[in-house]
Amino acid sequence: MIGEHFPVLIPVSLLVGAVVSVPLGLWRGSLSRLVALLATGFSVVAAGVGLRHVLRAGEMRYSLGGWPPPIGIEYVADPLALFVVLVVTGVGFAVTVYSKRSLERESPQNHVPFNAVALLFLAGLSGMVMTGDLFNLYVFLEIASLAAYALVAAGEKRAPVAAFRYLVLGTVGASCYLLGVGFLYLATGSLNMADVRAILPLLPHYRLPFIALCLMVIGLGLKMALFPLHVWLPDAYTYASSVGSAYLAPVGTKVAAYALMRVWFGVFGPVAYALPIGAMLVVASVAGILVGSIMAMAQNDLKRMLAYSSVAQVGYIGLGIGLASPLGFIGAVLHILNHAVMKATLFLVSGALAYRFGTTSILPMDDRLRRAMPWTSAAFAVAALSMIGLPPTAGFFSKWYLALACLKAESWPLVAVIALSSLLNAVYFFRVLERMYLRKASAEERIPGPPASNPGEAPPSMLIPILILGLGVLLIGLANAWIVEKVIKLAIPSGL
Amino acid sequence: MSLSEFLAGYGAYYLIIGLILIGIGGLLLKSNYFKKAISLTILQSAIILFYVMSATKRDATVPVIDAGLGAIQPEQYINPLPHTLMLTAIVVSVATSGVAIALLMLVYRRFGTLEEGELLERMR
Amino acid sequence: METYGSWVPVWAVACSLAASGMILASSRRPNLREFWTLSAAGVKFALILTLVPEALAHRVAEARLFAIAPGIDLTLRADPLGVFFALVSSALWIVTSCYSVGYMRGLSEHKQTRYFACFAVCLSSTVGIAFAANLLTFVIFYEMLTIATYPLVIHKETPEAVSAGRKYLAYTLTAGVVLLVATAWTYELTGTLEFRPGGFLGSETAPAATCVWLFVLFMSGAAVKSALMPLHGWLPTAMIAPTPVSALLHAVAVVKAGVFAVIRIVGFVFGPATLSALGLQTYLACLAGLTMILASVLAFHQDNLKRRLAYSTIGHLSYIVLGAALLTPASLAGSLLHLASHATMKITLFFCAGALHVQLHKEKISELDGVARQMPWTMGAFAVASLGLAGLPPLNGFVSKWYLGLGALQAAQPLAFALFLLAGLLSAGYFLPILYRAFCRAPQPEAEPSQTPHQEGASGHDASAWITFPLLITAALSLILGLFPNLLFHFWSLAHLVSDSILNGGSP
Repeated sequence: MIGEHFPVLIPVSLLVGAVVSVPLGLWRGSLSRLVALLATGFSVVAAGVGLRHVLRAGEMRYSLGGWPPPIGIEYVADPLALFVVLVVTGVGFAVTVYSKRSLERESPQNHVPFNAVALLFLAGLSGMVMTGDLFNLYVFLEIASLAAYALVAAGEKRAPVAAFRYLVLGTVGASCYLLGVGFLYLATGSLNMADVRAILPLLPHYRLPFIALCLMVIGLGLKMALFPLHVWLPDAYTYASSVGSAYLAPVGTKVAAYALMRVWFGVFGPVAYALPIGAMLVVASVAGILVGSIMAMAQNDLKRMLAYSSVAQVGYIGLGIGLASPLGFIGAVLHILNHAVMKATLFLVSGALAYRFGTTSILPMDDRLRRAMPWTSAAFAVAALSMIGLPPTAGFFSKWYLALACLKAESWPLVAVIALSSLLNAVYFFRVLERMYLRKASAEERIPGPPASNPGEAPPSMLIPILILGLGVLLIGLANAWIVEKVIKLAIPSGL
Repeated sequence: MSLSEFLAGYGAYYLIIGLILIGIGGLLLKSNYFKKAISLTILQSAIILFYVMSATKRDATVPVIDAGLGAIQPEQYINPLPHTLMLTAIVVSVATSGVAIALLMLVYRRFGTLEEGELLERMR
Repeated sequence: METYGSWVPVWAVACSLAASGMILASSRRPNLREFWTLSAAGVKFALILTLVPEALAHRVAEARLFAIAPGIDLTLRADPLGVFFALVSSALWIVTSCYSVGYMRGLSEHKQTRYFACFAVCLSSTVGIAFAANLLTFVIFYEMLTIATYPLVIHKETPEAVSAGRKYLAYTLTAGVVLLVATAWTYELTGTLEFRPGGFLGSETAPAATCVWLFVLFMSGAAVKSALMPLHGWLPTAMIAPTPVSALLHAVAVVKAGVFAVIRIVGFVFGPATLSALGLQTYLACLAGLTMILASVLAFHQDNLKRRLAYSTIGHLSYIVLGAALLTPASLAGSLLHLASHATMKITLFFCAGALHVQLHKEKISELDGVARQMPWTMGAFAVASLGLAGLPPLNGFVSKWYLGLGALQAAQPLAFALFLLAGLLSAGYFLPILYRAFCRAPQPEAEPSQTPHQEGASGHDASAWITFPLLITAALSLILGLFPNLLFHFWSLAHLVSDSILNGGSP
């Protein structure tokens, strides 16, 4: 598997899967799902094997079409890229396994194109991660985004409006990014990330690259829902179908954050640290953390609450990036992994609740949930505790690294914000947990929606991914030192 | 520098800025979603024009090899790279417009209007 | 202290974690379920007992598990202080488990499986706290304890219980976050988090102002669980939980973990030198002294028996904190001895309160007239324990008070000595009326029928053996340990070993 073509293997296989699944699906419906499973499963295995190989043998570079960089497009498989790709494909595979029953219930006539679009989405994301060329990043960014708009639109009645709003803002963001790439090209004459990094310090003055960086930060910030560019997110995640939001939420914004990291640390490097953009990122992230947590407390719908919670969590990653220190980098990258797994668990659970009970509203929740679905509730509890930041789950360690980074930067308000956000998370998660476990079901209250004929535990194809991800939250927490030492520390960019 | 020199040098960029502003302004000020979609296209076209414009060189011709010019010298042809990039960007823009229009068709089918105010009312 | 590698601390922590899994699996077979609890308690106690001779011989068992963060390992070390606390908790878990069986079955309580499973996890976390060798391991187990006790606090699932649980979480989660910040700051300053006798945070590692702020943060984090005023508010409210849970909270695990944290921080993070150089011990002592007196005074006003016991606990925990703050050999030893003696005595009192609830459905002190005639053994144990808390010989309360007073005199703090005396008098003051009512007054005629649902008619005799034996055992333990402080558990030797190590910086 690790031939010379490995760096393009994952995006290509997912793209092929997307293309193939449509005619096969039109011929026989169940085949599209089979293709999706094969493609995502193959990608996970490839990502895992690749990560192990790269950790031992060093990074791999691949030139598309044989054209050497900096003229040609280059794909780079280094530890950080493969780590993020592993997260993306892993979560993608889990959600694909989960999707069968959920799609049957929520959008039965759409499932063939849905699978294809989901594969396109994952292909776009993995392409974004693996590429080493700035314009290629734009191309895959748009592939992923267009697929994301479609995923959102295949939801409930109001979804197309939310999808359109997402489209408008997303396209503005991508256009900003494109403009930024253009400026950078004008300044340096190259589009290859490594090449630009080498050329930038040689420039006489930084006016043009500064503007380019600003534009790229705004563009990618829009895609990753950094405050105040997050306004598309709540509606999009809420109105999307359960599977749609399960695909989007854990990985969509994270890959944009990864792209921001690549641009910030990998392309601009020391040039960026000297500019005041880092401080702006920190301020925006802090505002996002606080606003996201506070808004989440006010929500009555589980998915909307989780959406605002995502805004807050992206703030953590932005904080890690903005601090521009090794600990901040570690915290941000680890949080990419942690949040992907935690959010995936949470959204899959909310999808399971919708499947069995027909609604994701918090108000009518009571302990019928726990009695009917004990394992699902347990997975939700573990993920919730992790979001709050209780050891030894994964969320605690993200906060540990970020707190260390803030302390090293001697910034007390930032530490206070991290502490405060844990407590705010506790408020809105315990609101749901209390209802799930403690609130007695009264006879007159009925949960709205189609009466579930068999309100038992979620079906196995939905339950197993939930349990695996929930267990993963715990295991990643325990193994976090291993992950940091073996993978993330190798990826810390030089000059930090 | 004189006005003609200024226009020759920078006028194009100001035009592009104007187009971008029209695009963004349309997004913000128009309440009809279809007009927003059109403004989006204008924005994207402006950026495409920017790239194309950045490729120009003085006294150079289109980047197609002309046998009459003799041996290939780079300063005789304008920079082809931004042009190729923009081919991709145009495709992306078309795809985005397609998705946008499909979404708007779906919105119209479900809610019967594309005006923002009425749409928000009907969505409630 | 030489260390040697050993898996015993790990097994001590893990045995009840494994048991909790088995308990969850045997929810349909109560006897099997209770078997898991009792056997895990026995195994845990036995394992910890094997660590005692080694600790006394200045040899410390250490288990360095995997790295939990770069540069920091998850390490369990059985040093004298850890062994002391683990011994107290695990020994008392055995009696609490027997008591729980009787209590839960006597009242036909619901959700017993969840109860026993959470209890097992609590004890696992407690032993983890005891054996934690560095601050990060400590914080991890501390937070585990918080989460494991929550289902126990809200056990009754009534609206009051749920809101009590919320208050409990609000206090303890905030404290946990504060501890996390303090730990991160310590790591950032010194690059290490390992507990060292005599402290590792001092003037050579950090400027004075930083040390003061760090101390404030650490104490705020630890003060919630050790119920120092004004962060004590959760404890009386948490009395809504069933009595064995209150016993756990007060004697076995939670508040003891809080004062244990205070001792660890005072002795093994900051150290006597730093604290006295910065004058921080004075502030801690003042806070503790204030809490002691105020809590004892507030105890007088409580008519609900468990609430009076709650305020009594708050007062007695401050004995331990004051002893730690005085930083003399006798005061540190006395502080630890009081941790153990208060545990045995308070658990007896709570067991009695629970027995009264099960048998006679009585919760208020004003209803306790003549109870001694109906439940002689129970009230006898109650008398023994309350006299011990007041500091009367020959109970172990007297021994610990003796050392605390001696420590106050050693530190040339007559005010502290006076406070100890005063608090002792106040303890006698709020316990004696109960004894008077129970023994000397005639029983009241039943005024109106009881409200409680399980009502076969209040039985006028002691509760079942499962309930009465444990409280007799703990009362007897208080007496025996008062007469022979070093018997069986070597509490006296361990306590003096710990105070030596703190004051002499680890050199034996």
